[in-house]
Amino acid sequence: MLGIAAFVYYYRAMNAPEIFTGFVILGGTMTAYWLNVLWSMAAQFYWEKEVGNLQLYLIAPMSRMSVLAGMALGGMFFTTVRAVSTLVLGIFIFQVNLQAASPLMLVLVFLFTLVALYGMGMMFSSLYLLYGRGAWHMSNLMQEPIYFLSGFYFPVRALGFWVAAAASIVPITLGLDAMRQLLFGSGSAMGFLSVEVELAVIVILAIVFLVGARYALRYMEFLGKKEGRLTLRWQ
Amino acid sequence: MAVKDHLRTLRFSTWLGWQMEANWTNPWLFLIYSVAKPIAGTLVLVFMYLVILGGIASDPVFFSYMFVGNAFYMYVAQVLFGVTWVIHEDREHYQTLKQVYIAPISFYIYVIGRALSKIAITTVAILITLAFGVLALQLPIDLMAVDWGLLAVTMIIGLFLILFIGIALAGISFLTAKHGAGINEGVAGVFYLFCGVVFPITALPSWGQSIAMLVPITYWLEVVRRAVQPNLGIGTISGLSGYSNFEIFLLLIVSGIMFLVISLGIFRYADYLARKKGKLDMSTTY
Repeated sequence: MLGIAAFVYYYRAMNAPEIFTGFVILGGTMTAYWLNVLWSMAAQFYWEKEVGNLQLYLIAPMSRMSVLAGMALGGMFFTTVRAVSTLVLGIFIFQVNLQAASPLMLVLVFLFTLVALYGMGMMFSSLYLLYGRGAWHMSNLMQEPIYFLSGFYFPVRALGFWVAAAASIVPITLGLDAMRQLLFGSGSAMGFLSVEVELAVIVILAIVFLVGARYALRYMEFLGKKEGRLTLRWQ
Repeated sequence: MAVKDHLRTLRFSTWLGWQMEANWTNPWLFLIYSVAKPIAGTLVLVFMYLVILGGIASDPVFFSYMFVGNAFYMYVAQVLFGVTWVIHEDREHYQTLKQVYIAPISFYIYVIGRALSKIAITTVAILITLAFGVLALQLPIDLMAVDWGLLAVTMIIGLFLILFIGIALAGISFLTAKHGAGINEGVAGVFYLFCGVVFPITALPSWGQSIAMLVPITYWLEVVRRAVQPNLGIGTISGLSGYSNFEIFLLLIVSGIMFLVISLGIFRYADYLARKKGKLDMSTTY
């Protein structure tokens, strides 16, 4: 919340239109999900490996996907509590005016963004079956650069078409852009693509990431076993 | 304990910190990793600026204020996090804290040594960020005009201060599980919001400005800005225009001593509690 407030005052120091305060609040709210995906979803196997639980997971007669799906649901729940608190506090403190033009579309965009995002997290988690600190540092590296490329605090359109298009591989880029268009009256004037197109791309990403995660987990587990690094701590 | 022993502790803990930071990959990847993160963080602010004001020339004084403040704030964020994480990492991850603690060395020096590698890496990131600003964004820094003497003295005082705030947080980490990182982020967030890092403190409500005037980081960043860009008139927008360089420096010293005493008090009390409650070697697996 403190970082979000700082960005709000940064915009206000430049006399930015009030809509940008809303952009920051919404972007800051969505950072909770991104951080959850990086640290509690993707990196979960790293923590489990370090405390010696990963081998127990692996010998249990269950699918890796189901473990991760459970983690995703739990993560979504407690992150939503945090995100809603941030959103409500932000709206209350900074007097943000939201207008949900199409509530159904908003719900669809939000849900599919989360599915795609956590699917991406599942794919990332497979990396931890092979790597240790290297993958941890990758998660660390994917904070600020993704805040920048996905336009968490400014309209992603400002990056230009091709950069924004490349950044759309991260589902939150298009999800955030679509939600801004749906929640703020003049937000559509700053949107990257139309909301319908963005939703379609997010649905495709969700399918690709979920299917990809299944294969990536199987392949990385195989590699981890082959190289003897699957349960190797402190690597 | 002899100075020679402290220097040896400092040397080896710095080396250990460096290995833990950097030996997970090859130097080139590590360099990219060390630079990409801060530059991306800066670009977020640059694009926020560009979206609203269109070009850097629209308000070069404000742009410089934001850019230089954000660059030097990296020390606050990275060093605070680095110092606090030493406790968590040694205790939970590598489970070596108890051995280090009972070793015949100064624990302060050990923690400071571990943080020195973080300072070195952050210094490289700041220099690259500033170079990027000058070369790619026309950030108006004239190396001939920089007040190097003032900058050097201010940096020594500022880093010393940040280290000791970090030590206070490290003390709190003795008593917490992984929450130490959250506390650290919270403290760094307070400094980011209230100390005029990316916007002048005059943008804050009056109660926020009062908080800013109590925290030495506000004065540290102001002196650093005035030393790096002495001819740009940064003081005119910072909200501290009524103070001369000497007065700001004096405020930095006074508020810094206040924070130093508080930080040492927090660390000593937390250390005492940790020993009393048997938390020095706890493993929360959290």
